[in-house]
Amino acid sequence: MIAHILNLGRRGCDVLEALGRSGLFLAQSAVGVPSREGWYLWLRQMHFVGVLSIAIVLVSGLFIGMVLALQGYTILVDFGAEQALGQMVALSLLRELSPVVAALLFAGRAGSALTAEIGLMKATEQLSSMEMIGVDPLRRVVAPRLWAGFVALPLLTIGFSVVGIYGGYLVGVEWLGVFEGSYWGGMQSSVAFIDDVGNGMIKSMVFALVVTWIAVFQGYDLVPTAEGISRATTRTVVYSSLAVLGLDFVLTAVMFGGFS
Amino acid sequence: MKRSKTMELGVGLFMLAGILGLLFLGLRVSGLTFNVPGDTFRLEANFANIGSLKPRARVTMSGVTVGRVTAIELDRDWYDARVILELDAELEGKLARDTTAAILTAGLLGEQYIGLTVGGDPEMLVDGDTIRDTQSALVLEELIQQFVSNMVSD
Repeated sequence: MIAHILNLGRRGCDVLEALGRSGLFLAQSAVGVPSREGWYLWLRQMHFVGVLSIAIVLVSGLFIGMVLALQGYTILVDFGAEQALGQMVALSLLRELSPVVAALLFAGRAGSALTAEIGLMKATEQLSSMEMIGVDPLRRVVAPRLWAGFVALPLLTIGFSVVGIYGGYLVGVEWLGVFEGSYWGGMQSSVAFIDDVGNGMIKSMVFALVVTWIAVFQGYDLVPTAEGISRATTRTVVYSSLAVLGLDFVLTAVMFGGFS
Repeated sequence: MKRSKTMELGVGLFMLAGILGLLFLGLRVSGLTFNVPGDTFRLEANFANIGSLKPRARVTMSGVTVGRVTAIELDRDWYDARVILELDAELEGKLARDTTAAILTAGLLGEQYIGLTVGGDPEMLVDGDTIRDTQSALVLEELIQQFVSNMVSD
C-alpha cells in the first residue's frame, strides 16, 4: 500500500519535472537571434513541415467542405433554409473544423516526423556531438523546427478554410443547385472578419505552438533506443491530438461562449 | 548548408498562398470592404422592444441595404433599447426628420433587420440625430396574447 502511494508520488514528480523541462526547453529554443544560417535552417524546415503538408491538408479540406455542404443541405432543405448553406459551411469551417482538423493532420503528418527525426539524432548521439563541437542543438536543431511549425500551421489552416469553402460551393451551388448569390451573400453577411476568421487564426496559432512543442520536446526528451523512439512518436500524436481537442473546447468557450 | 532555389521558391509560394488565402477569407467570405470610417454617419433610434435584433444587422430602405446596426444598449432614462445605426454618408442630410424605423424579420425564421421609411418633413436628419418614430419588433407571444384577448372580448 505504502509502496503504491510512494509510486504515485514519484509519478507525479516525474510529470511535474517533465513539464518544467519542457517549459525551459521551449523558452531556450524559441528565443535567440536567428542568424543567416538559422534562416536557411528554418527555410528547410518550412519546406518539410509546411510545403510538403499542403497536399494532405488541402485534399482533406476539400472533402470536409463538400461533406459539410452535403449534410447541411439535407438538413436545411427541410426547413426551406438552404440559402443559409454558405453561412453554415463558412462558420463551421472557420470557427472549428479548419483549426482543429488541420492541427490533427499536422500532428500526424509533421509532428510525428519531427519527433522521430530528433529522436534518431539523439539515439545516434548527433546531438551530443554537436554540443562537443560547441554548437547548441537547441538553436541549431530544435529552434528552426519550432518556428517552422508556428508559421506553417496557421498558413495551412487558411488553406484548409479556403479550399473547404470552395468545396462547399462545388457541392452546394454546382451540384445541389443552391443559388450562388445566397451562398456567398449569406456568408458575407454573417461572417465577421475579427470574430470568426481572427479567432480561428488565434486558435490555429495556439494549436501550432502546442503541437510543435510537444513534437520536438518528445523527440528531445526520449529514451534513446529504438523502442524509445517508437514510444515517443506515438506519444507525440496522442498527446497533440488530446491537447488540441481539449484546448479547442477551452478556446471555444472563451471566444464564442459569450462569457466575455 | 546547401541552398536550393526550388525549395526557397516553394516556401515563398506557400507563404504567398497563405496571405492570399487570408485575403480571400477577408474579402470574399467575410465581405470586408475598405471603407474609410468617415464614409458613414450615425443615427440613434429607441425601440420599446428589439426582439432578437443583433449588432451588425442590416439597415435597409425599400429592401436595399444602406447601413448596419453598430450597437444596442439599454437606455437608462427611458428603460427601452437604444440602437445605434451607421448609414452610408451619401444619405446624410437626405432623410426627413420624421423617417420611421421598424424592426422587420426576413422570412419566417430569418434574422431581424431594420427597415427605414422616409417621411415628408422638410428638415433632415444629420449625424448623431435620433429617429423619433419607431416600430418595435413583432414578438410572437405578444401577438398571440393580443389575439386571445380579442377573441375573449368578442
